[in-house]
Amino acid sequence: MFVTGFRDVRDVAAEQAKVDPMYQFTIEPLAGSGGWEIAGYNIAFTNSALWMLITTVVLFLFVLGGMKRELVPGRWQMVVESFTGFIDDMLEANIGKEGRKYVPYVFSLFMFILFANLLGLMPLGVFGLHPFTFTSHFTVTGVLAIISFSIVLLVGFWKHGLHFFSLFVPEGTPLPMIPILAPIEFISFMVRPFSLGLRLFVAMMAGHVLLEVLSSFVIDGTNAGATFGLMVGLPSFILMIGICALELLVAGIQAYVFALLTSLYINDAENLH
Amino acid sequence: MPQIAQLAETWSSQVFWLLVFFGITFFVIGRGMVPKVMETVAQRDSQIAADLGAAKAARDAADEQEEAWRVRENENRAAAQAIVAKAKDEAAAKSEKKLKAAQTRLDKKLAEAEDRIAEARTAALTEVEAVAAEAAQDIVSRLAGVKVTKPVATKAVKEAMTHG
Repeated sequence: MFVTGFRDVRDVAAEQAKVDPMYQFTIEPLAGSGGWEIAGYNIAFTNSALWMLITTVVLFLFVLGGMKRELVPGRWQMVVESFTGFIDDMLEANIGKEGRKYVPYVFSLFMFILFANLLGLMPLGVFGLHPFTFTSHFTVTGVLAIISFSIVLLVGFWKHGLHFFSLFVPEGTPLPMIPILAPIEFISFMVRPFSLGLRLFVAMMAGHVLLEVLSSFVIDGTNAGATFGLMVGLPSFILMIGICALELLVAGIQAYVFALLTSLYINDAENLH
Repeated sequence: MPQIAQLAETWSSQVFWLLVFFGITFFVIGRGMVPKVMETVAQRDSQIAADLGAAKAARDAADEQEEAWRVRENENRAAAQAIVAKAKDEAAAKSEKKLKAAQTRLDKKLAEAEDRIAEARTAALTEVEAVAAEAAQDIVSRLAGVKVTKPVATKAVKEAMTHG
């Protein structure tokens, strides 16, 4: 988050004249909630939790604007309806007619991740706020991935019982190949939640680190004098603008990939072979 | 990397608040609001489909009526043409009949006239014969002093006239 970067620079640069690109991912308890606990587990209301709350509220307001239920939709309603239609179409294309019952979950998942990614990119530092992208934490993306994976397992065993294990034997496999193929399929199946969670976490973190590093180039280059400012600071700044646009794209793509893979995995469970 | 460095102290808070807020998102937005939004879309789609269906039905009805009108029109035209043709035929037959009648009348008149002419000619010829016979009797008695009877004279005249 480059805007955060400026703030970090103000805080840190004064003492060490050095930018820590990882500082933006630090979790801090807010308003003295550091000691909150449930059954011995810490549940401090952190900056991460605050941005989850903000994401939920913004998403709620966004969808609320599409609830006017007019026959001839306004612009806002049109946007919300195109999002629900997008998820609906994706599920119908990947799973079929039975896919419609997963629209609430996949819509929540897609929009929650999308809004979290986009809100984390907002230049709110201008107003003195400190944006935090909680999707750059694998504790968060991991839980989302585990929820998706659990749904796949639940649906699979609910619908097909123990027959669900035949997922590990691709259709038309010759009998002698089964002992070799089944473990490979099993491993690739078990890797799914990890790849799902890590992909989003890595993509978001990498983008934010890159922006932070570039912002440190801009600041340090400019501080080092006019020549360095023009040679290093200005190109870095121009590059940052491009990377910002790219990050907006990545925010959408990663949310889409997460939702798409979830729907593909659900398809495996829903339509076994 | 704070994600790993702070893992032990923060994971429970992260998981807890994520479940709270994603749960709210899923149950309030996903299950509460999204179905209503989609219902509106479905309602609109069905409304549009119904309107399109009604428009199509109306168009079909219009096409049908036009077709019926065309058939009726063609029938009427054919009937009118038949009437015209019939009238023409009748008129032609009538005039032909009239012409024929006039022709017969003319032919009859012509024949009568010819008969009359022939009669007149015969009458004239007989008179000429009689006159010629008398004249021949006269001439013969005067020139030769021979008294010729009327039948002989007539016979001679007839002979002379036929021979020219």
